[in-house]
Amino acid sequence: MTTKQRNNLIRILVTAALLVVLAFVDVDRPVKLILYLVPYLIVGYDILKKAGQGIVNRQPLDENLLMAVATVGALVLAVTHTGDFTEAVAVMLFYQVGEFFQSYAVGKSRQNIGELMDIRPDTANIEDEEGVHQVDPDEVDIGSLIVVRPGEKIPIDGIVEEGKASLDTSALTGESVLRNAVAGDEVISGCIDINGVLKIRTTREFGESTASKILELVEDASSRKSRSENFISRFARIYTPVVVIGAGLLALLPPVIRMAFLGAEPLWGEWLYRALTFLVVSCPCALVISIPLSFFAGIGGASHEGILVKGSNYLEAMAKIRTVVMDKTGTLTRGVFQVRETYPEEGFSEEELLDLAASAEVYSSHPIALALKQARGEGEAKEPEEVEEIAGKGICARLEGRKVWVGNAKLMEMAGAGTESTPEEDKDDKEETRSVGTVVHVAVEDRYAGSILIADELKETARSAVEGIKRAGVSRIVMLTGDAKAPAKAVAKELGIGEVHSELLPGDKVDLVEKMLAEEGEKGCLAFVGDGINDAPVLSRSDIGIAMGALGSEAAIEAADVVLMDDDPEKIALGMRISRKCMRIVKENIWLAIGVKVACLLLCAFGVVGMWAAIFADVGVMVLAVLNAIRTVFVKKAR
Amino acid sequence: MKKTYKIDVDCANCANKMEDAAKKTEGVKDATVNFMTLKMKVEFEEGEDPAAVMEKVRENCRKVESDCEIFF
Repeated sequence: MTTKQRNNLIRILVTAALLVVLAFVDVDRPVKLILYLVPYLIVGYDILKKAGQGIVNRQPLDENLLMAVATVGALVLAVTHTGDFTEAVAVMLFYQVGEFFQSYAVGKSRQNIGELMDIRPDTANIEDEEGVHQVDPDEVDIGSLIVVRPGEKIPIDGIVEEGKASLDTSALTGESVLRNAVAGDEVISGCIDINGVLKIRTTREFGESTASKILELVEDASSRKSRSENFISRFARIYTPVVVIGAGLLALLPPVIRMAFLGAEPLWGEWLYRALTFLVVSCPCALVISIPLSFFAGIGGASHEGILVKGSNYLEAMAKIRTVVMDKTGTLTRGVFQVRETYPEEGFSEEELLDLAASAEVYSSHPIALALKQARGEGEAKEPEEVEEIAGKGICARLEGRKVWVGNAKLMEMAGAGTESTPEEDKDDKEETRSVGTVVHVAVEDRYAGSILIADELKETARSAVEGIKRAGVSRIVMLTGDAKAPAKAVAKELGIGEVHSELLPGDKVDLVEKMLAEEGEKGCLAFVGDGINDAPVLSRSDIGIAMGALGSEAAIEAADVVLMDDDPEKIALGMRISRKCMRIVKENIWLAIGVKVACLLLCAFGVVGMWAAIFADVGVMVLAVLNAIRTVFVKKAR
Repeated sequence: MKKTYKIDVDCANCANKMEDAAKKTEGVKDATVNFMTLKMKVEFEEGEDPAAVMEKVRENCRKVESDCEIFF
């Protein structure tokens, strides 16, 4: 609680106590007025002061002035008509209680949500000639040596110089997977050192480090305002004047009509009282506070799960996603090629087959060659005497005097080695496991030696991710890939994705997404999910670009609207659930706040409720809206 | 040029008013106030001196909300 809040609380309590005491005092009206002015001024002096300043600065329609007019009016009515002085003081008191609660609740949630995003440490331990000492991380120059002890967060990006430790990246990714760091490894700020002392040579300034960048991004996110927020700002701007004009009309018209047409008593006092009640409900506070708070809580909750949403507008759009377009490699699959199976012919062992293939490909840096070399493992590679690359087919190398052919079926034909015993690429729909990857054939001279299956692996969560997206109500899931038709189809079938476009160049992806955007029309929203490294044009072209596995990749963070810090595709559905919940709460709050206000206005126009009920409803609805907004933070992980 | 300033203000509607006031200040191209993080982001017109402009921004904000503060 700040000093300001504490002072306000004391004023509220003193006023409440005085009101109770004064209820037992029975004196004449003028004396009573003076007595009641004491608590009134205690609780409302700042409002009266601000109201005066508002007039001086020509900002007349501010809620302070309205409160001042309403309560002074009530005091005047008390002297002339009702004798009820409690009302003016109580209305001011309730107003202050509401303000106090708002300030407290917002401060508290600001702090809580801030903690969710607290990945940036406030200090760094720097080591120099004088030993280790604590400094403000802002003052650490690039190339300094910092020390991180167990339990501390790494403050600045850098390279480990000494020591080893397990790092907890959960603050960044939402997933508590430990990463090991040893000397020579690059480490990023925001990770928590679990068990070892690390000496790190910094490679960035504090402000440019990952943790600072991410925090800045999330904090800035609520500056990109959503449509709902803009609606509320506009609403607030017209609401107050409309209510004030309504109050004026309510004070004047009915009495005049009664006098002129009905020949009845004008009842000025009664209608003036109703008009003043109007003014009390004229502050659009509940709305104005709860909508941004909901978005802020939603963005905070999402970032806690490792989902960075770059603006309230994107959070809003995520709830409307109807088409999800996904890249295959790196998004649904690991993007790492590995040897899955070897099928040696008679007369060759598995090791021999791998050895032949890897040796022939020893100079190549193609992912397939890398996979072969990795599978063969350690040991001396045989140096091929002569290597010839046959475009679109493979490689022919001379190894220890023998001609070794490594490539596709066409190459085998060229070598004169029959491949009848191996599945051909046209047939491979039958054997799904084989069609997922690329088959490499090997022949020695004209003798067929066998084949090796090299495949990318599906991510463990890919299947449930697709299911989750479907369950979240996405009607169209499309997979795009630059891979060949057969493996693409097989992956899609396994994951339950109906629409596949294969053999695409990066430019084709943009064209396709544009076509789908046109088909989607105005209402729905199209999200593209990619690994963010080579999908930048598509990411920016789609309604929402989601980049995944972006930990440490600045390009992806730059290009995308939503960034998944780890590479778990299940987070897509989780993000959608968070955004849906947030939007539901935003809508609830809009209706709750506007509904209660309108009901209040109607009830007091017909004289059903008085000023007490009006201020109570006003404050109550604001408290409810704020509490409701805080709910956004909590989203169930399980479906 | 864009700069971010820490602010102090009590209510959300007042923050909206500050944003309007800041936007209308001479030398300010665009401004956003974020009530939740209590920050004001100001984009200055080409060649303006931020400190001088912020002085005016503060003055204008005080007119709409007397007890607000901008730290710069």
